[in-house]
Amino acid sequence: MKYDVLVVGAGPAGSMAAKTLAEAGLSVVMLEKRQEIGDPVRCAEAVSKRGLKDLVEVDPRWIAADLKGSRVFSPDGASIVLSEEQSGGKTGYVLERKIFDRTLAMEAACAGAEVMVKTRAQGLLKRDGKICGVSAIRSGDTFQIEAPLVIGADGIESKVGRWAGIDTTLKPKDISTCAQFLVKDESIDSNYCEFYFGNKIAPGAYAWIFPKGEKVANVGLGVLGSRSSGIGEPLRLLQEFMKSHLPKGKVVEMDVGGVPVAPQLEAMTTDGVMLVGDAAHQSDPLTGGGIITGMTAGVIAGEVAADAISRGDVKRASLRDYEDRWKEPNGNKLQRHYDLKEFFIGLTDEDLNNLLHSLTNEDTVKMDLRDMLKSLLKLNPKLLWGLRHVIF
Amino acid sequence: MLSVNRYKCCYCGACVSVCPTCSLELVETWIEVSQGCKECGICTKICPVGALEVKA
Repeated sequence: MKYDVLVVGAGPAGSMAAKTLAEAGLSVVMLEKRQEIGDPVRCAEAVSKRGLKDLVEVDPRWIAADLKGSRVFSPDGASIVLSEEQSGGKTGYVLERKIFDRTLAMEAACAGAEVMVKTRAQGLLKRDGKICGVSAIRSGDTFQIEAPLVIGADGIESKVGRWAGIDTTLKPKDISTCAQFLVKDESIDSNYCEFYFGNKIAPGAYAWIFPKGEKVANVGLGVLGSRSSGIGEPLRLLQEFMKSHLPKGKVVEMDVGGVPVAPQLEAMTTDGVMLVGDAAHQSDPLTGGGIITGMTAGVIAGEVAADAISRGDVKRASLRDYEDRWKEPNGNKLQRHYDLKEFFIGLTDEDLNNLLHSLTNEDTVKMDLRDMLKSLLKLNPKLLWGLRHVIF
Repeated sequence: MLSVNRYKCCYCGACVSVCPTCSLELVETWIEVSQGCKECGICTKICPVGALEVKA
């Protein structure tokens, strides 16, 4: 088996890369180690409408909720409302990832990519020191697939980068470990995403209620790895959150997973290898959102890979265009968000209460995340002194 | 020794991402631990459901 490009992982980033390559006329294969694409879900499923519309044609079959805005809660229970589309690109739609991911993979397949499910990459193949494909296993059978270029879209547990010499190991302070229930409850407001902050509620991260239709929502929370004080902390805290916020909620699904909330990788490519999506730590360290960023990177990587293959040069210098195009504006923005995250995780509950209260007389309905941060900085210069150099 | 409680594990792969020796692998619905594991215990604090434990 021989292809121009091999993509490991059929999440949104991998499928966008595979689709872009197939549309450019290249032969491409995409491996997915699970037997079902998109399931089990490891995601709170919220995306910005604008971000999504820029990348794909929106299909009502995978939109679970169309939102009016967000509500942000401080530890003492006070709240403000932010407008639709404007919450840091984090709200807009809540997706049905099980259908969404599968649809994107089908689009890649229809464009000409070959999709192999229940097929796991086990290692990179090398010939004369050059990467020339992967060794894979499917239903117990080991076989080789040749390709001069491998795109690692293999998620948070990525191995492709590490096999190729890019250290993608996450430090505990750079991963948010999360648990989520799909909950049916009469109290759920199907129009608003809710974010709950507090060092006792969700240390170093936040809890969320993201509606998925009539009285149904993803209810979950994250804990920053370095703040996880016990065994199974996210699940334990989620059970407490359910007791205090949705005591009568009926749980019909459980999802867990880790989200990179990390600084930008120094290298996202090496000779014959490119990384995209969570594998490249491209999720937003401030919000945890990674669908749009991963898909965006998938498209750029696909375009650059197609160029590199047509030139017959897959050395890092030839792939660097991907990193440059990613960096501005996406990478630089995410790096700023990392700096913001590093600052905000140091705040006490009292600080968080004061920050939110400072906004209660402001017209937050018209604000997005950036506007809100600017207002906070103006209203709380002393508390946010550490952020004076961060450009919003 | 690092033990994985497969009755608790939800196979999310978070543990794999923090392993400093690249000794964990998520294979569909279970975690495989390879020889390189140094029993550092980082993964036990990251697992969202507490499925990993370093046992004496």
